[in-house]
Amino acid sequence: MKNLFRSRMLWVALAVAAVAATLPWWLSAYVLGILTLAYYFGVFSMAWDLLFGFAGEVNFGPTFLIGLGAYTAAIIDANWGWSIPLCVIAGGLVALVGGLLLALPALRLRGPYFGLVTLVAVLLLQNSIVIFAGVTGGEIGMMVPDVMSVSAESNYWIALAFLVICAVLLFGLSRSALGLILQASGQDPTGAQALGFNVTRHKLVAFCVSAVFSGVAGAMLVFYQGTASVGTVIDIGVGVQIIIAAVLGGRRTILGAALGAIVLIVASEFLRPLGQLNTFVVAAVALAVILFFPDGLLGNLLKAKEQT
Amino acid sequence: MSEIPRLAVRGLTKRFGGLVAVKDISFDIRAGEILGLIGPNGSGKSTAMKLIMGLERPNAGSVQVDGVEVAGWPPHRIARAGVGIMFQHSRPLHRQTVLEHIKLALLPDSLIRLAADPDVDRRAREIAEHVELGRVMNRHPATLPFADLRRMEMAKAIARDPKVVLVDEPFAGLTAAESKTFAALIRRFRDEGRAVLLVDHNVKSLAALADRVFAMYLGEYVADGTADEVMRNETVRRVYLGGKIETRERSPETVSDKPTLLQVDNVGVLYGKATALDGVSLTVREGEFVSVVGLNGAGKTTLFNAISGLVPYSGTISFAGNSLRCMSGAAIARGGIVQCPETRELFSDMTVRENLDLGGFHLPVGARRDQLAWLFDLFPILKSRQQQTARTLSGGEQQMLAIARALMMQPKLLILDEPTLGLAPVILEQLSKAMDLMQRTTPITVLLGEQNVTFALPHADRVYVLEHGRILWEGDPGRFEREMAHGFLEVVGDDETPPATRARA
Repeated sequence: MKNLFRSRMLWVALAVAAVAATLPWWLSAYVLGILTLAYYFGVFSMAWDLLFGFAGEVNFGPTFLIGLGAYTAAIIDANWGWSIPLCVIAGGLVALVGGLLLALPALRLRGPYFGLVTLVAVLLLQNSIVIFAGVTGGEIGMMVPDVMSVSAESNYWIALAFLVICAVLLFGLSRSALGLILQASGQDPTGAQALGFNVTRHKLVAFCVSAVFSGVAGAMLVFYQGTASVGTVIDIGVGVQIIIAAVLGGRRTILGAALGAIVLIVASEFLRPLGQLNTFVVAAVALAVILFFPDGLLGNLLKAKEQT
Repeated sequence: MSEIPRLAVRGLTKRFGGLVAVKDISFDIRAGEILGLIGPNGSGKSTAMKLIMGLERPNAGSVQVDGVEVAGWPPHRIARAGVGIMFQHSRPLHRQTVLEHIKLALLPDSLIRLAADPDVDRRAREIAEHVELGRVMNRHPATLPFADLRRMEMAKAIARDPKVVLVDEPFAGLTAAESKTFAALIRRFRDEGRAVLLVDHNVKSLAALADRVFAMYLGEYVADGTADEVMRNETVRRVYLGGKIETRERSPETVSDKPTLLQVDNVGVLYGKATALDGVSLTVREGEFVSVVGLNGAGKTTLFNAISGLVPYSGTISFAGNSLRCMSGAAIARGGIVQCPETRELFSDMTVRENLDLGGFHLPVGARRDQLAWLFDLFPILKSRQQQTARTLSGGEQQMLAIARALMMQPKLLILDEPTLGLAPVILEQLSKAMDLMQRTTPITVLLGEQNVTFALPHADRVYVLEHGRILWEGDPGRFEREMAHGFLEVVGDDETPPATRARA
């Protein structure tokens, strides 16, 4: 834990968060709305980086876990009217169970096959939601009766607090003894095994942690937006955006992933006047960063430090 | 002798498909004993080490650590049972310091302990000092020299406090002085009552360190005993050097006035921080058959890869007068330098005929037919195997196919890298005959890399000896037999005088 508090990166991030907390006094409700969405995406990206950056497994289906959390919360709320916190917890639990069922067999596979299994899982979930339209609202999506707040400021603060809590937990985990073993398992599984670590079990735990955070964040997003729809929480395109954000921010940094998500979402919003070109420009910039700075925004800063 | 050995291996066997990589190997290592496991490349010694660590599952046999049967366990359980390994190449983590790497090795396999014991930090620092990493323990491995990376691997092994330590090629890539420090560290393992297994290509580097030596060839036991006994063993000498050396003198004037085809000048190659080639120069004239002999790890493959444009190098390499510096591997191959790699690289799911046709893809139909007919004369066995897929061929047949496919490209210079690797003597004879026929029927130029001197010499016009990435000697096969054969043996033997001094004298 000592290491955690000695990390300058975390203190800088907390200072930035404190400044971010004052933003509602300066900015319009419209901009706050964009940032709120960006913060939830930040959590998605951080959870993804734990799996990719640390455990070394590429999960092409982050939206499988997010979607499970989001739809579980939405269905429970719409049908049984549980309170929002209970729905969110249920969402996290179902994502955890779903993640376990997916990862247990998938982690036996080597190389790209793990990624392919996660990709197929997203398509399966998407199809099931369309098939069981009676319960899930199908392609149109489903409204939830409860929302967290109607005030843009409150929604913003809730999202920011959630992001900060998740960041501290995930960042702390990444800097812990467990995080160190995870990195070894991801980067040199043979070496990690030879040091006596059960690599498969550690990767499974990473997947579970990633699933819980993704599921809870997915559920929170539903109660912010008031709807759950395939297009916002499950579509492959959403997953791709999460992955690009994490790589853009910097692999193996956790905090970089959140930064990348905020940059990506805010940028595409500001480029909206470009119309169709908007997505193209954002994708091109992301591509350039990945090609020329594969360590990402935050990764490059860390790398400079490592050369000393 | 009534005590239970720290490590007891009995009847260990591993098959990869039809290939028996390790066959019925048995040995013991007692507490405080160092056993050297030697054998040429492909002898199965590395596989044996992986079987002990659990990185491969044995098909049969037993591995006992202090009397506990661990064969077939997953590696992390074997590690916890007290087996530690020092890999030849370390793969350090990206963002961790040296100290953090050592701490990692000290952590328990626990999912709930988020913070390490305060004791871990102290232990890690102690170990770092112990292996002389104290100065650099807060640096990142990427900034360290090669020897320090090896030290870090050593520190990780010490941190696990293993009963049995497996060390893969302990001195590869180290200078003489660094090797000495390492030998001292390995001796401390022995003094601390651990059982140590050193795996290496040749006896020489282990002779001073190992209490006993165990030699393998083609997966089987060949000899064991003290280093001296093993070196004197008839079979071991034959394995390393082949049988009696025969040379076939070609009249010298046939080649000495031919123009130079390949000129290698002062070429050096670094793998990360390890020196693989150091100031190598050699010349191949048109129509010549040049052999580069050297034990595995001497740098033959690296040299050939540099010539084929597959690894970056310093110095110059020119072919028929043109520098190859800026050419891609594919362009070099089209230019006439075709390498037949040690690993053969056949398209294993294609038939023999398809493999050959791909090799001759650029030839006009008529020329391809003629070339194919000539190759079937050279390797008659391939003609009868045309419709078989390459993976079903025996090792010797695969090697013939690899050479034939290279010849389909009608190279000006054919590079053969260790064609005899892992082949039985009877196959060697067939290959040797094919080489003979090839030399008599075409004006092809050949550069051969070999460990097996018996195979390398008969065809050669000139011979280079490569050791530790440097050319030690050059001359014709006749002189090799008179001057170098003894010296080359010494590479395997225990003589402290480097062969180089003798050759230059």
